Amino acid sequence: MTIQFNDETFRDDYSFHNSQWAIDRFPFPFHEDSYMYAVNMEQHRGGPEGSVYEKRFDVDEHYVAEMRDRAMVLADDPLRCQSLPHMTLAGWDLLELIMVSKSEDYPDLFELHRDGDTWRWINKPMGIDDTFTFLDETTLPYGPMEYITRQAQGDFCVLDQRDDNLWMDAGMVTTQADWSLDFDIGMNFFEWHAPVPLAHEKGIFKRALKFLLNIQQGAPARRLNWTMTVNPLLDTSPENYHKWGIQKTTLTPENIGAKQHLRVELQTFFRLPRSNALVFPIRCYLCSFQDLMTKPKWGRRLHRVVRDLPVELATYKGFIDNRPMMLDYLSQFDDGLPTSPGVFPDEENTPPLSS
Amino acid sequence: MSKFDFPPSIKSRPVWGTLEPRPGAAHLFIADAHGAEAILDVATPDLMAKGHIIYIPRGEDFADKLRALNPAQFYEGPSYAAAVSRIRRTLEDAHMGTQVYLSGTEGLMGQAMNEAMQAGIEYAAIQTEHRGSIARRMQCVHCKGITEDVETDPFVCSHCGLNLFVRDHYSRRLAAYQGVRVDAEDHGNVPAPKGIYE
Repeated sequence: MTIQFNDETFRDDYSFHNSQWAIDRFPFPFHEDSYMYAVNMEQHRGGPEGSVYEKRFDVDEHYVAEMRDRAMVLADDPLRCQSLPHMTLAGWDLLELIMVSKSEDYPDLFELHRDGDTWRWINKPMGIDDTFTFLDETTLPYGPMEYITRQAQGDFCVLDQRDDNLWMDAGMVTTQADWSLDFDIGMNFFEWHAPVPLAHEKGIFKRALKFLLNIQQGAPARRLNWTMTVNPLLDTSPENYHKWGIQKTTLTPENIGAKQHLRVELQTFFRLPRSNALVFPIRCYLCSFQDLMTKPKWGRRLHRVVRDLPVELATYKGFIDNRPMMLDYLSQFDDGLPTSPGVFPDEENTPPLSS
Repeated sequence: MSKFDFPPSIKSRPVWGTLEPRPGAAHLFIADAHGAEAILDVATPDLMAKGHIIYIPRGEDFADKLRALNPAQFYEGPSYAAAVSRIRRTLEDAHMGTQVYLSGTEGLMGQAMNEAMQAGIEYAAIQTEHRGSIARRMQCVHCKGITEDVETDPFVCSHCGLNLFVRDHYSRRLAAYQGVRVDAEDHGNVPAPKGIYE
């Protein structure tokens, strides 16, 4: 299909919106009516046609607007993209992975022509046509990781693997759920996850690390994570928290359906061939409560998940103060009927909301 | 001065040890203020014969006692900033088998540890011992400015003036804890400051 790219913003007037296509394919993260941390990894080898899981790097209607937003974030704060000196080769690995994947998965949008080390990259949605020498940084306008991730939706953490651990040694992070690359760069897997409550005690990170250390080339993995964001703000960074934090207090019973967004991260993990680094793309999808409620199964389930979430998690995810108002809104969409297993909306088999 | 018992915390927070004499080709001691007491406790004539002490008194008067240990080299500096070029040079010149001993405030140990790691000193050859002030070196996540010797939570960023709360999340690269605006969701509602461990 040809994607119609939205002209929209993720700041100021917040003109971001999801089309019916985007709502239908939204990666709703709850496979049952409750939520607790789990490693929940699966192979990233495609998925249902048209779903966000189908391609290696999903491109959707928000692509061009997201890249515009990223450029603005970087102009304000260049430290959102950093790479420690030993990570340049991993940056080239990542550039190759994204260019090859996108040109194969979206041949109408992206083209890669390789003649030895001379590569020509065409990105039609962004109007880019560059020829450069692979592994020669002087032939690109940015370092390889920055160059390609200015053209790819989602944040990218490039993790070095040594001493049986993963190290956050490079990244492009502008659409993050409130963590700072500039602060966390150089940390190991346990250190950068240190502020997460409950999961350490449950052994989640030990098991996740063991899994990730063993990811092989050509066998990527994926999982979902989620949080809540008021307004479709991509840049919920700690750096700017002193500016956006106050937006959480602008919710009212009248505007909550439009303003409150479920924020879902599709996290994928790919082994990189030359560097043996692991790239960890974190792709952010936003959907307003009112759009989610158009799917009866999601409406019933989201109410139950938010209602029953442990206080520590609601606090960590930053919505403990707004939870009562969220529940007032969501409870209107929960008539107590059972829901089917799995994340998909199952509209054919789901009864409508009984009034 | 008695040692402070830090409460258990998250995994990015450093855990400090107790200095012990180890065999080594050379022994580099970097300390500030009450960190001198850890050196006095661990010192032996053998260590001092191959010892280099870099000491920043910060108003404490342990310098003469340290000098009396007869280290092969002794330096007293007025501040960490003044001493850091000397620390770097000493670490650059360090040979295999050099043992590094850091003692005193968290800010001193964190910064010197960072220098040692950058100089390629093996992690296992670096020991630490906290003594003295429990104040923290804090980075403001908003303006990136570092405020030294923070004793209260919340505190005022010495660069941008925002009221910040004191997190336990710690960056070894910055040798600092993270400070985040405390009244971001309710401007002007700043709790009364109290001691970090109170």
